[in-house]
This record gives sequence, C-alpha cells and structure tokens, in this order.
Amino acid sequence: MDLSAINPVLLIASLMVAATPLLLAAIGELVVEKSGVLNLGVEGMMIVGAIAGFAAAVETGSPLLGFVAAAIAGALLSLLFVIMTQVALANQVASGLALTLFGLGLSALMGQKYVGVKPPQMGRIDIPVLSDLPVFGRVLFGHDVVLYFGIALTAAVWAVLKYSRVGLILRAVGENHDAAHALGYKVVKIRTLAILFGGACAGLGGAYISLIRVPQWTEGMTAGIGWIALALVVFASWKPWRALLGAYLFGGVTVVQLNLQAAGVAIPVEYLAMSPYLITILVLVILSADKSSAPASLGRSFHASR
Amino acid sequence: MIRLEKRPQPSRAWSMATPLVAVLATMVMGGLLFATLGKNPVEAIRTIFWEPLFGEFAFYYRPQLLVKGAPLVLIAIGLSLGFRAGIWNIGAEGQYIIGALTGAGVGLAFYPMESWIIFPLMVLAGAFGGWAWAMIPAVLKTRFGTNEILVSLMLVYVAEQLLASMSLGLMKNPEGFGFPGSRNLQQYDSAHNAELIAGTGMHWGVVAALIAVIFSYVLLNRHMLGYHIRLTGEAPRAAKFAGVKPARLILFCLGASGALAGLAGMFEVSGPSGQVSIDFNVGYGFTAIIVAFLGRLHPVGILLAGALMALTYIGGDIAQGNLGLPSAAIQVFQGMLLFFLLALDLLTNYRIAIGKPEVA
Repeated sequence: MDLSAINPVLLIASLMVAATPLLLAAIGELVVEKSGVLNLGVEGMMIVGAIAGFAAAVETGSPLLGFVAAAIAGALLSLLFVIMTQVALANQVASGLALTLFGLGLSALMGQKYVGVKPPQMGRIDIPVLSDLPVFGRVLFGHDVVLYFGIALTAAVWAVLKYSRVGLILRAVGENHDAAHALGYKVVKIRTLAILFGGACAGLGGAYISLIRVPQWTEGMTAGIGWIALALVVFASWKPWRALLGAYLFGGVTVVQLNLQAAGVAIPVEYLAMSPYLITILVLVILSADKSSAPASLGRSFHASR
Repeated sequence: MIRLEKRPQPSRAWSMATPLVAVLATMVMGGLLFATLGKNPVEAIRTIFWEPLFGEFAFYYRPQLLVKGAPLVLIAIGLSLGFRAGIWNIGAEGQYIIGALTGAGVGLAFYPMESWIIFPLMVLAGAFGGWAWAMIPAVLKTRFGTNEILVSLMLVYVAEQLLASMSLGLMKNPEGFGFPGSRNLQQYDSAHNAELIAGTGMHWGVVAALIAVIFSYVLLNRHMLGYHIRLTGEAPRAAKFAGVKPARLILFCLGASGALAGLAGMFEVSGPSGQVSIDFNVGYGFTAIIVAFLGRLHPVGILLAGALMALTYIGGDIAQGNLGLPSAAIQVFQGMLLFFLLALDLLTNYRIAIGKPEVA
C-alpha cells in the first residue's frame, strides 16, 4: 500500500469532476420535486443523455453540440413522463421506474456502434490570471465549461426559487396544487416545464459522464448515479446550495475510494466500490428524521375536476 | 372538446382489458421500432410470440417458458403485495442475488457430502438471505422513516459487488483452474435443483411459484392481513381508523417479497444457472416489476403476465439468433409495455367525455 501516491491536488480536481454529473442531475430533480412531482426516472434520462451526447459529439466532432443534444434527449425522454403523469395521471413512482427501465434499454440500443469509440476532447477554459495561480489555479480554474455551468446553474436555481415570482409560483404548485389552481395558475403547465427542465439537466449530467469523466461509452455506465442524485435531493432538504455540498461530498467519496483502489489498500476492490452506495444509505438514514422541508404535494397527481 | 371525467368507480371491464390493449399497442410500436432497425416487423413479432410456442423448435423452447417464467412470477408475487399497499420494494434484484449467495453458500459448505437434507436447507437459506436483505430497507423505514425505494435500490449495487467478491473469492471453485465462479451445483446431486420431470423445464422453483400464487390469492381474498394490505393501498385514511399498523405491514410486505426473491435466486443458482458467477443476475428483479403491473397486481394476472414476459425473453433470444435483433431491443420492448400499461390505466379510473362540461 502506498498512500503517498495519492496527490491531494489531483484529488480535489477529480472530486470536482466526479461531483458534476451528480450535481447537474440533482439540481434538475430538485426543481421537479419543488413543483410537487417525484420523477424516479433520473437514471434513465441520464443514461439516454449519456449516449445521445456521446453520439452527437462523435458525429459532429463538437463536445459542446454533444451536450446540447444530451439536454434535448433528456428533455424528450422526460416528455414521456409528462404524458404519463400529467396527461394520463399515472402513478408517479411506477412511471418513473418505467422511464428508467425504458431508458436503460434504449441507451443500450442506441449505443451499439459506439462501444470502444473515443469522443472528441472538451477544451479546458483558461482564465488568464486565475488558472496560472500556483496549486489552486490548476485545481479550481482549470476545468471544462460544463463544470462551471453546473455551479452557475445551482446559483441560478437558488436565486430563482428564492427571489423571483416564477420561483414563488413553482413552490406554490409544489406545496398545494389545489390552492395554486384556485389562484389561477396552470398547475399542469408549470409542472410540465419543471419536468422538462429536470430531464434536460439529467441529460447533461449523463453526457458529462460519457464525454468528460470517463470518457467513453459502455452500457449501463451511469451505474446508479441517477439514483444517488435522487437521494441527494433528500440530503439537500430541497435546497440548491446543500445539493452542491452533497454532490461534492459524494464526489469526494467516489474519488477517494477509486484512489484507495489504485493505491492497493488491503480492502478488496468490491468492498471499496460498495462504499458510495452504503454511504448514501447512511446519509438517508441520518437525514430522514426531518421531512418537514419536503414539498407538501410531492408525488400526488393533480386533476382539475372543478 | 375532449376532457376527462372521473368515474365514480373504477371500471372492471377496462381493468381487465388494459393489459391486452397494452400488449397489442406494444406489438404495434415494437414493430415500428424493429422496422427502424431494418428488420421485417411482422416477422420479428412472429418470431418473438409465435416461434417459441408453435415453431419448428418449440419442443426445445416450451420448457424454457417455465424456467424463465418461474423466477419472474415468484418475485412479482412478492412485489405485488407491497405495491398494493404503496410500499415500493424495487431492490428485488439485490434480494435475488443475496438469496442465490446464501442458498449456494449452504450447498457449497456441505460439499462433497451427499444427503437429502442439504437441498431443503439451501431453500431455507435462500429465503432467509432474501428476507434479511429486504429487512434492511424495512427496518430503516419503520425505525427512521427512510425512503425504502432508494435504500432497496442502493442495496442492489451493494449486492452486485458482493456477488463479484464471492465469485472471485470465498465461493470460487478451488478446482476451477483460477477461473471466476463457484463449483457447478448441477454436478453436485444433493444440491442440484434438477428437473422434476425430464424435458419439461419443471423444477422446484416452478412449484414454489405456483404455491406462491395460491398463497397470495388466499391471503389477499380470505385473510385479514391481505385485507389490510388492500385497504392501506386503496384508502389509507380508512386503514388508519381501522387500526392497521403501518410498521407491521411494511415489515411483512418487504420481508415476504425479499424471501420470495431470495427463493427465486436460490432456485436459479442451483438449477438452470448452476453456479455463482459475476454475471449471474440478468435483471429478473427489475423485469418482475413490469410483470407485477402487467398482471394488475393480481396473483392470477401475474401468473399470465410472467408467462408472457418469459415468452418475450425466449422469443427475443430467437430473434437475436435468427434476425440479428439486438438484445437491447427486447429490453426497450418490455419498457414500452410498462408505459402503455400505466398510461392506459387512465381509462380504468376516468372516462373520456366529449363536449362541454355541465355546470354543477
């Protein structure tokens, strides 16, 4: 075992990369849940985003277009969820599961000819002074655009939810859809937009895995990150900044675990690979005592009968 | 103008018809999907649904129907109990793996002793393993209110890692020339879940699945606990007043579905699959969710749905060999089925009305 092989600077840099897909998916799902909808299809939308983004990037040669395609693909898949839960009033838990099962199959089908292909590389941004700072310059300011987009998105979602009228309406719909309906807000329309936003975010998160973090395409490569993102929303008590904190925490666990594997710690690889899932469970247990911050209408179908 | 009117009572006719309509709709959409993949849609659908039953090699495929259907039915019966009460165990895949590990573990521990007692012990161990694995989300939910969906799902990934560790380490065949995977239980008579009647595919797992269907039917229709399960799902407030204890229900539903999933895994590892290996699980635990819904969470419906789903697995394999249809296409096909089913369920609870709403 050689722990000195672990470089703390690289560790923090790769932690930020590992956390980004989680953060993107969790922020999207946070908005969805704030509107009172529970979409368990995050894993399915992520993996479809992963392959759609990968395929688009390979075909066009532009990773940025790949991300655009991933967001569109994620939103399209979430449109299915909209039809199921907002139009056909199907059970949200079952529909979300269906979305994940369908997405896993669809992505495997789409990805057949992309196994073993190398995607075009995403350029890193170079901020003149900041990136040249010793140690911290490389760690904090030497990443790709999407990573910073994730952080900016967190800030934007926080500001919109907290200070804007749109955010207020979204929260009203999530807390009490009957009251919001009585006030004249279009509950179904608002929820539809929220779900589409969540789908696009999950798609981006998926593409971040296949284009930047790994970068290649393998079947089922999201490996439960979508589900961890769902847990993260609970962890964050539906607050954007806490989602960021949680994503970095989980990213940290993943990266440390991978580094320990590489350093040849005496614990078998399989047990180290379990750790992110076990820690997710542990965190859920600790935080589940407090349910007060959950949107009150979460998971309930809305049908305007009056 | 088209709008939806809530029915005073769910329509029984539609409740029976939706699975059939959903299967037909899936066939049409699936055919379109296969056509875009450059396959002849009619031939693909015929290969999947007709070939295994009445084709040239049907004598070979028909027994497979029982082999593939038994684990699906066994798991789906357990899941349906919880789903009815709004308790979502979606980690059956993990409980299936753990059941296989504990079941096979007991068998391997006795090797090479031969005795009639070994197989029954393995059955008990398999059921216990699945039960114990499902008790983790159950106890966490009753104790701390933790979401059982996320916990049971996380435990699938943990179980997969455990499976990898076992087939590479503790349970690895010492005479296996270093290859991963355990001893083959098919070559160990006392632990082999052999066919009861040669050439039929009928093994103890099939028997267990049929028993589970009967038990679940009796439980839901003739027993207080079954009544409580249905009451909690259909009228949670009434259930509260009727004195239903949610914690007991959670422990029972998760425990029962875990034990059944564990049994399914144990019968699979000691029979058709034969050994503990890294890729032992093939997603029965997830497909069983579709089976449970397709069967309308009703024991008899699940039996039929399990057979249909097994058919798509077998037909999918044939189509893969004969037509080059990718195996992922079948997965998409199965996912589509669940979509149609859930969407069409609307017609059970709502009626489509055309015209202006009357003023009440």
